[in-house]
Amino acid sequence: MSTETQEVAKSREPLFSKKNRKLISDPLNENNPITVQVLGICSALAITVKLEPAIVMSISVFVVLAAGNVIISLMRNIIPNRIRIIVQLVVVASLVILVDQVLKAFVYDVSKQLSVFVGLIITNCIIMGRFEAFALGNTPWKSFLDAVGNAAGYGFILVTVAFFRELLGSGTLFGIEVLGNAADKTGLYAIGYENNGMMLLPPMALIVVALIIWVQRSRTKSLIEE
Amino acid sequence: MDVNSNKYTYLFALVMVVVVALLLSGASISLKDRQDANVRQEKQQDILKSIGIMVERSEAPAEFDKFITEQVVVQNGQAVESETGAFEIDMAAAVSKPVAERQVPLYVASKNDTTFYIVPLRGKGLWGPIWGYVSLLSDGSTVYGTTFGHKGETPGLGAEITTDRFQEQFSGKQIMDGNNFVSVEVVKTGANNEHEVDGISGGTITSVGVGNMLKDCLTPYVDYFKNTNAQ
Repeated sequence: MSTETQEVAKSREPLFSKKNRKLISDPLNENNPITVQVLGICSALAITVKLEPAIVMSISVFVVLAAGNVIISLMRNIIPNRIRIIVQLVVVASLVILVDQVLKAFVYDVSKQLSVFVGLIITNCIIMGRFEAFALGNTPWKSFLDAVGNAAGYGFILVTVAFFRELLGSGTLFGIEVLGNAADKTGLYAIGYENNGMMLLPPMALIVVALIIWVQRSRTKSLIEE
Repeated sequence: MDVNSNKYTYLFALVMVVVVALLLSGASISLKDRQDANVRQEKQQDILKSIGIMVERSEAPAEFDKFITEQVVVQNGQAVESETGAFEIDMAAAVSKPVAERQVPLYVASKNDTTFYIVPLRGKGLWGPIWGYVSLLSDGSTVYGTTFGHKGETPGLGAEITTDRFQEQFSGKQIMDGNNFVSVEVVKTGANNEHEVDGISGGTITSVGVGNMLKDCLTPYVDYFKNTNAQ
Protein backbone atom coordinates (compact mmCIF):
# COMPACT_ATOMS: atom_id res chain seq x y z
CA MET A 1 0.00 0.00 0.00
CA SER A 2 2.69 2.42 0.98
CA THR A 3 4.66 1.75 -2.23
CA GLU A 4 1.57 2.47 -4.28
CA THR A 5 1.09 5.90 -2.76
CA GLN A 6 4.74 6.61 -3.36
CA GLU A 7 4.42 5.76 -7.02
CA VAL A 8 1.39 7.98 -7.38
CA ALA A 9 3.30 10.77 -5.76
CA LYS A 10 6.21 10.16 -8.10
CA SER A 11 4.09 10.34 -11.25
CA ARG A 12 2.75 13.71 -10.12
CA GLU A 13 6.25 15.12 -10.01
CA PRO A 14 6.35 18.11 -12.38
CA LEU A 15 8.16 17.48 -15.68
CA PHE A 16 10.85 19.99 -14.86
CA SER A 17 11.14 19.57 -11.11
CA LYS A 18 14.29 20.74 -9.41
CA LYS A 19 15.67 17.20 -9.44
CA ASN A 20 14.94 16.82 -13.15
CA ARG A 21 16.51 20.15 -14.01
CA LYS A 22 19.61 19.01 -12.20
CA LEU A 23 19.78 16.02 -14.54
CA ILE A 24 20.36 18.46 -17.36
CA SER A 25 22.55 21.02 -15.62
CA ASP A 26 24.88 18.65 -13.77
CA PRO A 27 26.60 17.17 -16.83
CA LEU A 28 27.14 20.67 -18.20
CA ASN A 29 29.58 21.52 -15.46
CA GLU A 30 30.15 19.57 -12.26
CA ASN A 31 29.69 16.19 -13.86
CA ASN A 32 30.76 16.93 -17.43
CA PRO A 33 31.37 13.68 -19.33
CA ILE A 34 34.53 14.95 -21.00
CA THR A 35 36.22 17.27 -18.55
CA VAL A 36 35.25 15.59 -15.28
CA GLN A 37 34.57 11.96 -16.13
CA VAL A 38 37.12 12.06 -19.00
CA LEU A 39 34.99 9.93 -21.32
CA GLY A 40 34.62 10.22 -25.08
CA ILE A 41 38.08 11.72 -25.45
CA CYS A 42 38.94 9.93 -28.72
CA SER A 43 36.21 11.69 -30.65
CA ALA A 44 37.07 14.98 -28.97
CA LEU A 45 40.55 14.66 -30.46
CA ALA A 46 39.57 13.37 -33.84
CA ILE A 47 36.79 15.55 -35.20
CA THR A 48 37.41 18.96 -33.62
CA VAL A 49 39.63 20.38 -36.35
CA LYS A 50 36.61 22.14 -37.85
CA LEU A 51 33.39 23.38 -36.27
CA GLU A 52 31.01 21.79 -38.72
CA PRO A 53 31.92 18.13 -38.12
CA ALA A 54 32.08 18.81 -34.38
CA ILE A 55 28.50 20.05 -34.43
CA VAL A 56 27.27 17.19 -36.59
CA MET A 57 29.06 14.76 -34.27
CA SER A 58 27.43 16.35 -31.22
CA ILE A 59 24.01 16.11 -32.82
CA SER A 60 24.63 12.47 -33.80
CA VAL A 61 25.72 11.59 -30.27
CA PHE A 62 22.68 13.40 -28.89
CA VAL A 63 20.32 11.45 -31.17
CA VAL A 64 21.93 8.12 -30.33
CA LEU A 65 22.13 8.83 -26.60
CA ALA A 66 18.59 10.21 -26.27
CA ALA A 67 16.95 7.48 -28.32
CA GLY A 68 19.06 4.78 -26.68
CA ASN A 69 18.44 6.00 -23.14
CA VAL A 70 14.69 6.10 -23.73
CA ILE A 71 14.63 2.66 -25.39
CA ILE A 72 16.72 1.07 -22.63
CA SER A 73 14.63 2.78 -19.98
CA LEU A 74 11.38 1.53 -21.55
CA MET A 75 12.76 -2.00 -21.63
CA ARG A 76 14.45 -1.85 -18.23
CA ASN A 77 11.97 -4.23 -16.59
CA ILE A 78 12.01 -6.83 -19.34
CA ILE A 79 15.74 -7.01 -20.12
CA PRO A 80 17.23 -10.26 -18.75
CA ASN A 81 19.97 -9.28 -16.37
CA ARG A 82 22.55 -11.69 -17.79
CA ILE A 83 22.49 -10.27 -21.30
CA ARG A 84 21.87 -6.63 -20.45
CA ILE A 85 25.25 -5.42 -21.73
CA ILE A 86 24.65 -7.21 -25.03
CA VAL A 87 21.20 -5.65 -25.28
CA GLN A 88 22.69 -2.22 -24.67
CA LEU A 89 25.32 -2.85 -27.30
CA VAL A 90 22.72 -3.96 -29.85
CA VAL A 91 20.63 -0.86 -29.18
CA VAL A 92 23.56 1.55 -29.55
CA ALA A 93 24.96 -0.28 -32.59
CA SER A 94 21.63 -0.25 -34.44
CA LEU A 95 21.07 3.41 -33.67
CA VAL A 96 24.55 4.30 -34.88
CA ILE A 97 24.04 2.39 -38.14
CA LEU A 98 20.75 4.24 -38.63
CA VAL A 99 22.43 7.61 -38.02
CA ASP A 100 25.25 6.71 -40.40
CA GLN A 101 22.80 5.72 -43.14
CA VAL A 102 20.80 8.91 -42.70
CA LEU A 103 23.94 11.06 -42.80
CA LYS A 104 25.10 9.31 -45.98
CA ALA A 105 21.74 9.95 -47.59
CA PHE A 106 21.14 13.55 -46.52
CA VAL A 107 24.46 15.23 -45.64
CA TYR A 108 26.87 13.19 -47.74
CA ASP A 109 29.79 15.63 -47.57
CA VAL A 110 29.72 15.81 -43.79
CA SER A 111 29.42 12.06 -43.49
CA LYS A 112 32.54 11.74 -45.62
CA GLN A 113 34.44 14.03 -43.25
CA LEU A 114 33.26 12.15 -40.19
CA SER A 115 34.03 8.85 -41.96
CA VAL A 116 34.80 6.21 -39.37
CA PHE A 117 34.02 8.36 -36.37
CA VAL A 118 30.27 7.95 -36.77
CA GLY A 119 30.78 4.21 -36.47
CA LEU A 120 32.97 4.84 -33.46
CA ILE A 121 30.07 6.45 -31.59
CA ILE A 122 29.40 2.83 -30.63
CA THR A 123 32.59 2.78 -28.62
CA ASN A 124 31.92 6.17 -27.03
CA CYS A 125 32.01 5.33 -23.32
CA ILE A 126 29.53 8.09 -22.52
CA ILE A 127 26.71 6.21 -24.22
CA MET A 128 27.17 2.75 -22.70
CA GLY A 129 27.94 4.43 -19.41
CA ARG A 130 24.65 6.31 -19.34
CA PHE A 131 22.67 3.21 -20.39
CA GLU A 132 24.19 1.12 -17.63
CA ALA A 133 24.35 3.74 -14.91
CA PHE A 134 21.15 5.65 -15.51
CA ALA A 135 18.62 4.33 -18.02
CA LEU A 136 18.48 0.83 -16.52
CA GLY A 137 17.19 2.23 -13.25
CA ASN A 138 15.13 5.29 -14.20
CA THR A 139 11.96 6.26 -16.02
CA PRO A 140 12.03 7.18 -19.73
CA TRP A 141 11.49 10.90 -19.14
CA LYS A 142 14.31 11.13 -16.62
CA SER A 143 16.53 9.09 -18.90
CA PHE A 144 15.75 11.45 -21.75
CA LEU A 145 16.69 14.46 -19.62
CA ASP A 146 19.86 12.71 -18.56
CA ALA A 147 20.70 12.11 -22.23
CA VAL A 148 20.02 15.77 -23.09
CA GLY A 149 22.30 16.89 -20.28
CA ASN A 150 25.14 14.56 -21.11
CA ALA A 151 24.97 15.12 -24.86
CA ALA A 152 24.92 18.87 -24.25
CA GLY A 153 27.89 18.62 -21.90
CA TYR A 154 29.75 16.58 -24.50
CA GLY A 155 28.72 18.82 -27.38
CA PHE A 156 29.60 22.00 -25.53
CA ILE A 157 33.19 20.87 -24.97
CA LEU A 158 33.47 19.56 -28.54
CA VAL A 159 32.27 22.82 -30.06
CA THR A 160 34.48 24.91 -27.77
CA VAL A 161 37.56 22.89 -28.70
CA ALA A 162 36.63 23.00 -32.39
CA PHE A 163 36.10 26.77 -32.20
CA PHE A 164 39.65 27.41 -30.97
CA ARG A 165 41.24 24.81 -33.22
CA GLU A 166 39.55 26.08 -36.38
CA LEU A 167 40.10 29.75 -35.51
CA LEU A 168 43.77 29.43 -34.59
CA GLY A 169 44.64 26.55 -36.92
CA SER A 170 42.94 27.56 -40.15
CA GLY A 171 41.87 31.15 -39.43
CA THR A 172 38.27 30.26 -40.32
CA LEU A 173 34.96 29.59 -38.58
CA PHE A 174 32.53 27.26 -40.36
CA GLY A 175 34.89 27.60 -43.31
CA ILE A 176 34.46 31.40 -43.47
CA GLU A 177 37.71 33.34 -43.40
CA VAL A 178 37.27 35.56 -40.34
CA LEU A 179 40.90 36.62 -40.01
CA GLY A 180 41.45 37.45 -43.67
CA ASN A 181 42.93 35.37 -46.46
CA ALA A 182 46.24 33.67 -45.65
CA ALA A 183 47.26 33.23 -49.29
CA ASP A 184 46.52 36.80 -50.38
CA LYS A 185 47.85 38.28 -47.12
CA THR A 186 44.75 40.27 -46.27
CA GLY A 187 43.24 41.09 -42.88
CA LEU A 188 45.37 40.00 -39.92
CA TYR A 189 47.78 38.21 -42.22
CA ALA A 190 48.80 41.54 -43.70
CA ILE A 191 50.50 42.46 -40.41
CA GLY A 192 52.41 39.20 -40.17
CA TYR A 193 49.92 36.92 -38.41
CA GLU A 194 50.37 33.21 -39.17
CA ASN A 195 48.05 30.25 -38.67
CA ASN A 196 49.28 27.80 -36.05
CA GLY A 197 49.49 24.54 -38.00
CA MET A 198 49.94 22.61 -34.79
CA MET A 199 46.34 23.37 -33.82
CA LEU A 200 45.27 21.05 -36.64
CA LEU A 201 47.09 18.08 -35.13
CA PRO A 202 45.36 15.80 -32.59
CA PRO A 203 47.71 16.55 -29.63
CA MET A 204 46.57 20.17 -29.56
CA ALA A 205 43.00 19.00 -28.94
CA LEU A 206 44.24 17.30 -25.81
CA ILE A 207 45.95 20.50 -24.72
CA VAL A 208 42.85 22.60 -25.41
CA VAL A 209 40.73 20.11 -23.43
CA ALA A 210 43.29 20.32 -20.61
CA LEU A 211 43.07 24.12 -20.62
CA ILE A 212 39.28 23.91 -20.40
CA ILE A 213 39.60 21.51 -17.45
CA TRP A 214 42.00 23.98 -15.80
CA VAL A 215 39.61 26.90 -16.22
CA GLN A 216 36.68 24.78 -15.05
CA ARG A 217 38.44 23.52 -11.92
CA SER A 218 39.66 26.92 -10.89
CA ARG A 219 36.11 28.27 -11.14
CA THR A 220 34.23 25.33 -9.59
CA LYS A 221 35.39 24.84 -6.00
CA SER A 222 33.69 21.45 -5.55
CA LEU A 223 35.93 19.91 -8.21
CA ILE A 224 39.17 20.86 -6.48
CA GLU A 225 40.73 17.90 -4.72
CA GLU A 226 42.39 18.32 -1.32
CA MET B 1 7.24 -14.15 -15.53
CA ASP B 2 10.83 -14.64 -14.51
CA VAL B 3 12.93 -12.32 -16.65
CA ASN B 4 16.10 -14.13 -15.65
CA SER B 5 15.12 -17.65 -16.66
CA ASN B 6 17.06 -19.29 -19.49
CA LYS B 7 13.97 -19.67 -21.63
CA TYR B 8 13.06 -16.02 -21.37
CA THR B 9 16.64 -14.91 -22.04
CA TYR B 10 16.83 -16.91 -25.28
CA LEU B 11 13.40 -15.73 -26.37
CA PHE B 12 14.30 -12.12 -25.65
CA ALA B 13 17.54 -12.37 -27.64
CA LEU B 14 15.73 -13.98 -30.55
CA VAL B 15 12.99 -11.36 -30.74
CA MET B 16 15.52 -8.54 -30.36
CA VAL B 17 17.67 -9.82 -33.22
CA VAL B 18 14.71 -10.20 -35.58
CA VAL B 19 13.35 -6.74 -34.78
CA VAL B 20 16.74 -5.09 -35.23
CA ALA B 21 17.41 -6.96 -38.47
CA LEU B 22 14.08 -5.87 -39.96
CA LEU B 23 14.58 -2.28 -38.85
CA LEU B 24 18.09 -1.96 -40.28
CA SER B 25 17.37 -3.66 -43.58
CA GLY B 26 14.30 -1.48 -43.96
CA ALA B 27 16.36 1.65 -43.44
CA SER B 28 19.08 0.47 -45.77
CA ILE B 29 16.66 -0.29 -48.60
CA SER B 30 14.69 2.92 -48.26
CA LEU B 31 17.79 5.16 -48.18
CA LYS B 32 19.79 3.35 -50.85
CA ASP B 33 18.56 5.37 -53.83
CA ARG B 34 19.47 8.63 -52.18
CA GLN B 35 22.91 7.39 -51.14
CA ASP B 36 23.67 6.05 -54.61
CA ALA B 37 22.60 9.37 -56.12
CA ASN B 38 25.08 11.15 -53.84
CA VAL B 39 27.92 8.87 -54.90
CA ARG B 40 27.01 9.38 -58.58
CA GLN B 41 26.93 13.15 -58.17
CA GLU B 42 30.31 13.12 -56.49
CA LYS B 43 31.77 11.09 -59.35
CA GLN B 44 30.39 13.58 -61.88
CA GLN B 45 31.76 16.42 -59.77
CA ASP B 46 35.24 14.81 -59.79
CA ILE B 47 35.17 14.20 -63.53
CA LEU B 48 34.29 17.85 -64.17
CA LYS B 49 36.97 18.97 -61.74
CA SER B 50 39.66 17.34 -63.88
CA ILE B 51 38.86 19.78 -66.71
CA GLY B 52 38.82 22.70 -64.30
CA ILE B 53 35.07 23.02 -63.80
CA MET B 54 34.16 23.39 -60.15
CA VAL B 55 30.50 22.82 -59.36
CA GLU B 56 28.44 22.15 -56.27
CA ARG B 57 27.57 18.49 -55.90
CA SER B 58 23.86 19.14 -56.36
CA GLU B 59 24.50 20.88 -59.69
CA ALA B 60 26.88 18.20 -60.96
CA PRO B 61 24.37 16.12 -62.99
CA ALA B 62 23.17 19.09 -65.06
CA GLU B 63 26.69 20.43 -65.65
CA PHE B 64 27.92 16.93 -66.44
CA ASP B 65 25.35 16.55 -69.19
CA LYS B 66 26.33 19.95 -70.54
CA PHE B 67 30.08 19.37 -70.81
CA ILE B 68 30.46 15.62 -71.32
CA THR B 69 29.57 15.01 -74.95
CA GLU B 70 30.40 11.34 -75.25
CA GLN B 71 31.11 8.31 -73.09
CA VAL B 72 33.07 5.51 -74.70
CA VAL B 73 34.04 2.08 -73.43
CA VAL B 74 37.58 1.24 -74.50
CA GLN B 75 39.24 -2.16 -74.58
CA ASN B 76 42.76 -2.63 -75.90
CA GLY B 77 42.72 0.63 -77.82
CA GLN B 78 39.37 -0.02 -79.49
CA ALA B 79 35.95 1.38 -78.70
CA VAL B 80 33.73 -1.55 -77.77
CA GLU B 81 30.10 -2.14 -76.90
CA SER B 82 29.53 -2.71 -73.22
CA GLU B 83 26.34 -3.87 -71.55
CA THR B 84 26.81 -1.72 -68.44
CA GLY B 85 27.57 1.64 -70.04
CA ALA B 86 30.73 3.64 -69.45
CA PHE B 87 29.63 5.49 -66.33
CA GLU B 88 28.65 2.36 -64.43
CA ILE B 89 31.99 0.56 -64.88
CA ASP B 90 33.56 -0.37 -61.55
CA MET B 91 37.18 0.80 -61.82
CA ALA B 92 38.35 -1.25 -58.84
CA ALA B 93 37.25 -4.43 -60.60
CA ALA B 94 38.54 -3.26 -63.98
CA VAL B 95 42.13 -2.54 -62.92
CA SER B 96 42.46 -5.94 -61.27
CA LYS B 97 42.26 -7.54 -64.74
CA PRO B 98 45.17 -7.76 -67.21
CA VAL B 99 45.41 -4.65 -69.40
CA ALA B 100 44.23 -6.45 -72.58
CA GLU B 101 41.02 -7.69 -70.93
CA ARG B 102 40.03 -4.43 -69.32
CA GLN B 103 36.94 -2.55 -70.42
CA VAL B 104 37.45 0.99 -69.21
CA PRO B 105 35.43 4.18 -69.65
CA LEU B 106 36.57 7.29 -71.51
CA TYR B 107 34.70 10.56 -71.13
CA VAL B 108 34.89 13.05 -73.96
CA ALA B 109 34.27 16.60 -72.84
CA SER B 110 33.88 19.84 -74.68
CA LYS B 111 34.68 23.13 -72.99
CA ASN B 112 34.95 26.42 -74.92
CA ASP B 113 34.97 24.41 -78.19
CA THR B 114 38.03 22.45 -77.09
CA THR B 115 37.81 18.68 -76.82
CA PHE B 116 39.19 16.88 -73.78
CA TYR B 117 39.60 13.20 -73.03
CA ILE B 118 39.00 12.28 -69.39
CA VAL B 119 40.47 9.03 -68.13
CA PRO B 120 39.51 7.52 -64.78
CA LEU B 121 42.35 6.28 -62.57
CA ARG B 122 42.52 3.72 -59.82
CA GLY B 123 45.60 2.46 -57.99
CA LYS B 124 47.27 1.75 -54.70
CA GLY B 125 48.65 4.23 -52.20
CA LEU B 126 50.41 3.39 -48.96
CA TRP B 127 47.40 2.54 -46.79
CA GLY B 128 44.65 1.90 -49.26
CA PRO B 129 43.23 2.68 -52.68
CA ILE B 130 43.85 5.98 -54.45
CA TRP B 131 41.89 7.15 -57.45
CA GLY B 132 41.36 10.14 -59.66
CA TYR B 133 40.75 11.51 -63.13
CA VAL B 134 43.20 12.90 -65.65
CA SER B 135 42.13 15.04 -68.58
CA LEU B 136 44.12 15.15 -71.80
CA LEU B 137 43.99 17.55 -74.71
CA SER B 138 42.69 16.16 -77.98
CA ASP B 139 46.24 15.27 -79.09
CA GLY B 140 45.98 12.40 -76.63
CA SER B 141 49.29 13.34 -75.02
CA THR B 142 49.21 16.69 -73.24
CA VAL B 143 47.82 16.58 -69.72
CA TYR B 144 45.30 19.33 -69.06
CA GLY B 145 44.32 18.67 -65.47
CA THR B 146 44.11 16.03 -62.78
CA THR B 147 42.17 15.33 -59.65
CA PHE B 148 43.13 12.72 -57.09
CA GLY B 149 41.38 11.14 -54.14
CA HIS B 150 42.39 8.67 -51.49
CA LYS B 151 40.89 6.64 -48.72
CA GLY B 152 43.36 6.75 -45.87
CA GLU B 153 46.71 8.28 -46.83
CA THR B 154 48.58 10.08 -44.05
CA PRO B 155 47.42 13.69 -43.57
CA GLY B 156 50.25 16.09 -44.33
CA LEU B 157 52.23 13.45 -46.22
CA GLY B 158 50.59 11.08 -48.71
CA ALA B 159 47.27 12.88 -48.42
CA GLU B 160 48.93 15.91 -50.06
CA ILE B 161 48.15 14.33 -53.45
CA THR B 162 44.72 15.94 -53.18
CA THR B 163 46.16 19.46 -52.91
CA ASP B 164 46.11 21.86 -55.84
CA ARG B 165 49.85 22.38 -55.42
CA PHE B 166 50.54 18.75 -56.29
CA GLN B 167 47.85 18.39 -58.93
CA GLU B 168 48.75 21.56 -60.83
CA GLN B 169 52.19 20.18 -61.61
CA PHE B 170 50.68 17.71 -64.06
CA SER B 171 49.19 20.37 -66.27
CA GLY B 172 51.12 20.60 -69.56
CA LYS B 173 53.09 17.37 -69.09
CA GLN B 174 53.26 14.86 -71.96
CA ILE B 175 52.32 11.22 -71.65
CA MET B 176 53.70 10.42 -75.13
CA ASP B 177 57.27 10.75 -76.31
CA GLY B 178 56.81 10.89 -80.08
CA ASN B 179 55.02 7.64 -80.76
CA ASN B 180 55.98 5.90 -77.53
CA PHE B 181 53.90 5.88 -74.37
CA VAL B 182 55.99 6.92 -71.34
CA SER B 183 53.32 8.29 -68.99
CA VAL B 184 54.11 10.95 -66.38
CA GLU B 185 56.29 9.81 -63.55
CA VAL B 186 56.33 11.15 -60.00
CA VAL B 187 59.99 11.46 -59.05
CA LYS B 188 61.94 12.11 -55.88
CA THR B 189 64.95 13.81 -57.41
CA GLY B 190 63.20 16.84 -58.86
CA ALA B 191 61.27 16.99 -62.10
CA ASN B 192 63.43 18.05 -65.03
CA ASN B 193 61.50 17.11 -68.14
CA GLU B 194 57.97 17.02 -69.50
CA HIS B 195 57.38 13.45 -68.32
CA GLU B 196 58.14 14.06 -64.64
CA VAL B 197 56.58 15.82 -61.69
CA ASP B 198 57.92 16.31 -58.16
CA GLY B 199 56.89 13.79 -55.54
CA ILE B 200 55.92 14.62 -51.97
CA SER B 201 58.56 14.57 -49.27
CA GLY B 202 57.59 11.94 -46.72
CA GLY B 203 54.93 10.63 -49.06
CA THR B 204 57.15 8.62 -51.39
CA ILE B 205 55.06 5.47 -51.52
CA THR B 206 51.87 7.40 -52.24
CA SER B 207 53.71 9.51 -54.85
CA VAL B 208 55.08 6.43 -56.58
CA GLY B 209 51.56 4.97 -56.34
CA VAL B 210 50.21 7.95 -58.29
CA GLY B 211 52.87 7.45 -60.98
CA ASN B 212 52.14 3.73 -61.27
CA MET B 213 48.41 4.39 -61.33
CA LEU B 214 48.79 6.85 -64.22
CA LYS B 215 50.91 4.46 -66.24
CA ASP B 216 48.70 1.46 -65.54
CA CYS B 217 45.42 3.22 -66.23
CA LEU B 218 46.50 5.19 -69.31
CA THR B 219 47.95 2.17 -71.14
CA PRO B 220 44.63 0.80 -72.50
CA TYR B 221 43.84 4.16 -74.14
CA VAL B 222 47.10 4.82 -75.97
CA ASP B 223 46.16 3.01 -79.16
CA TYR B 224 42.70 4.52 -79.06
CA PHE B 225 44.14 8.04 -79.05
CA LYS B 226 46.55 7.13 -81.86
CA ASN B 227 43.75 5.69 -84.01
CA THR B 228 41.42 8.60 -83.38
CA ASN B 229 44.05 11.20 -84.17
CA ALA B 230 45.25 9.35 -87.29
CA GLN B 231 41.79 9.59 -88.84
